[in-house]
Amino acid sequence: MENRPLEYDYTVTKMFMFTTILLGIVGMLIGVILAFQLAFPGVNLFLGEGLAEYTNFSRLRPLHTDAVIFGFTLSGIFATWYYVGQRVLKVSMAESKLLMFLGKLHFWLYLVTVVAVVVSLFAGVTTSKEYAEFEWPIDIAIVVVWVLFGMGIFGLIGIRREKSLYISVWYYIATFLGIAMLYLFNNMEIPTMLASAPDGSHVGGNWYHSISMYAGTNDALVQWWYGHNAVAFGFTVPIVAMIYYFLPKESGQAIYSYKLSLLSFWGLMFLYLWAGGHHLLYSTVPDWVQTMGSIFSVILILPSWGSAINMLLTMKGEWQQVAASPLIKFMILASTFYMFSTLEGPIQAIKSVNAIAHFTDWIVGHVHDGVLGWVGFMIMAALFHMAPRVFKREIYSKSLMTTQFWIQTLGVVLYFTSMWIAGITQGMMWRAHDEFGNLAYSFIDTVTVLHPYYTIRGVGGLLYLVGFLMFAYNIYKTMSARPVEESELQSASPMGA
Amino acid sequence: MFHWLEKHPFFFSVGVFLVIAFAGLVEILPSFAQASRPVIGTKPYSILETTGRQIYIKNSCNACHSQLIRPFKSETDRYGHYSLSGEYAYDRPFLWGSKRTGPDLMRVGNYRTTDWHENHMKDPAGVVPGSVMPAYRWMYSNIADIPTAYAEQLTNAQFFSVPYNEPIPMKDGSTAVVKMGNNVTEAHAMALAEAKEIAVDMKDQNVKDAVANGKIPEIVALIAYLNCLK
Repeated sequence: MENRPLEYDYTVTKMFMFTTILLGIVGMLIGVILAFQLAFPGVNLFLGEGLAEYTNFSRLRPLHTDAVIFGFTLSGIFATWYYVGQRVLKVSMAESKLLMFLGKLHFWLYLVTVVAVVVSLFAGVTTSKEYAEFEWPIDIAIVVVWVLFGMGIFGLIGIRREKSLYISVWYYIATFLGIAMLYLFNNMEIPTMLASAPDGSHVGGNWYHSISMYAGTNDALVQWWYGHNAVAFGFTVPIVAMIYYFLPKESGQAIYSYKLSLLSFWGLMFLYLWAGGHHLLYSTVPDWVQTMGSIFSVILILPSWGSAINMLLTMKGEWQQVAASPLIKFMILASTFYMFSTLEGPIQAIKSVNAIAHFTDWIVGHVHDGVLGWVGFMIMAALFHMAPRVFKREIYSKSLMTTQFWIQTLGVVLYFTSMWIAGITQGMMWRAHDEFGNLAYSFIDTVTVLHPYYTIRGVGGLLYLVGFLMFAYNIYKTMSARPVEESELQSASPMGA
Repeated sequence: MFHWLEKHPFFFSVGVFLVIAFAGLVEILPSFAQASRPVIGTKPYSILETTGRQIYIKNSCNACHSQLIRPFKSETDRYGHYSLSGEYAYDRPFLWGSKRTGPDLMRVGNYRTTDWHENHMKDPAGVVPGSVMPAYRWMYSNIADIPTAYAEQLTNAQFFSVPYNEPIPMKDGSTAVVKMGNNVTEAHAMALAEAKEIAVDMKDQNVKDAVANGKIPEIVALIAYLNCLK
């Protein structure tokens, strides 16, 4: 065994690749349905009047956000961790029966939790807090899943051969710690079954119902400390982990600057958590918290752009690869969208801009720049990179990849341009006064004006979904193709040839 | 130092945790106690209002409607006085929302009536032409869950000292009392009494019949909640 290369075991990676694709399709499909419901309200009844309760916008909306965040993205994070972790730590999952068991348990419990989430959200069981809609029994299941993920990370680190942790591992560790802290504190809730009637009689009611430990303004503060940083530690930190591994691997280029990655990592860790207050500008949270949120959001450009520039400069002198390789295209576009949305975010966090942008579709547009352009493209690129190595087969079709890339890029562009216009139009109309100082528009005027933009957004989202289905098909055909002939051992003696 | 940290995962993780936890400690803790004091005139939710609030949450109304009026002329013109922190003292969870696909509802009780809501929830575009809001017709037949709402009231009273059955100072110098039942049967009777007052102003015969028979359709509770938002 001594001189043979390590045989990595990708069992758990494969499982999570499956849920990445499945939940990606589910989340994006619901997203497209939602988009068309806003453009054409009749779509709320697409399964008929009898099922209207389960198909209308308000029931589906949390399913969309949670399927994309906790389904697609989280699965992608898990899949890449079980791949990247082994490789950068130079240790195989097959070397530890315990880790393998924990990894599989991680997957199956995750799947059970996902099913519970889908059922409960369809039934309208929700706490209403965005991206934290789950009632306490599911919260507990999520904590267990997360602890198993942590055991996977620190277990592999514990038996590693490579002593120095590669940059990606820093980011995976931060993802684990950040989400753990945020999730625990934001989901502090009291199950209502703990209360008793004054006369000691049986109360009844739903056993799974709970209320938040915090009230009103405090609840809002904790929620957006969570909500904003769930984006940080779900949509930024682990995706940066991915690009730090996959871009150098795919392009054959070393990371441009180690110092820049240090600066970006520690800068991001310190600055990000302050910025949550920018979701609460002009609200009833203390003024200084709002100002801090605003200022730190702007400073946050530095570490965000640090990572993005580090990625772009990694391609220095090798830009022809962008034209030649569809996979590099995905990753370069992802880092470009990362730069774009980390500039757009701080602009929206400036108080006077926020006064117009808040509550409008511009915010929705911003989220989708990040998730479609950055998170989605990077996760798909990671899966494209892993698929041949995990399944030991060539990618089924490179031209399909390129077509997908352009269809989805067009989709994202339609999405964010329409939402920009929609958001700013609506924000300006809400605040417009006529020459006598009366409001110039009734609310419904500011809704009907959005119809064309809602339609364009729906088309943009549909294009992205079509691209994603092409991606799923490409991966499926790759998996099910005939295996590539076993290549020679890498360390085989040259005399043997 | 960084090279050393990268070889020592435990200390690396401790370092990362301290750096990310710092902001939360500084930002959230200091004003925690102060922000949750009720302003004068803020009352806890009655049993039917609590039920209605749960239906509001069940249907994610907060996905499209905010309950936060910002201190701008355009907003106070449209929705009324800007929001004060203490007005939310009994809101667990808060329902500020993050998107106004529809208008703000913080003070909707001041300018909409039972009758308006009844027609609007059944056919939004019929009342407001061009509206993209879906209809919520099942609320007219689904029966509201009073025991869970009662358990929520009890939790509020027992864990968070929400003042039920106690005098609460009002703006005009008088006091008001929000009563809470001693058991679930009493709570249901109180909810029904509230529901009857709402049903008087409604036209839907099935809803009226249900209330007359001691059942409370979801729509009645929801309207009770919307009417109390002032």
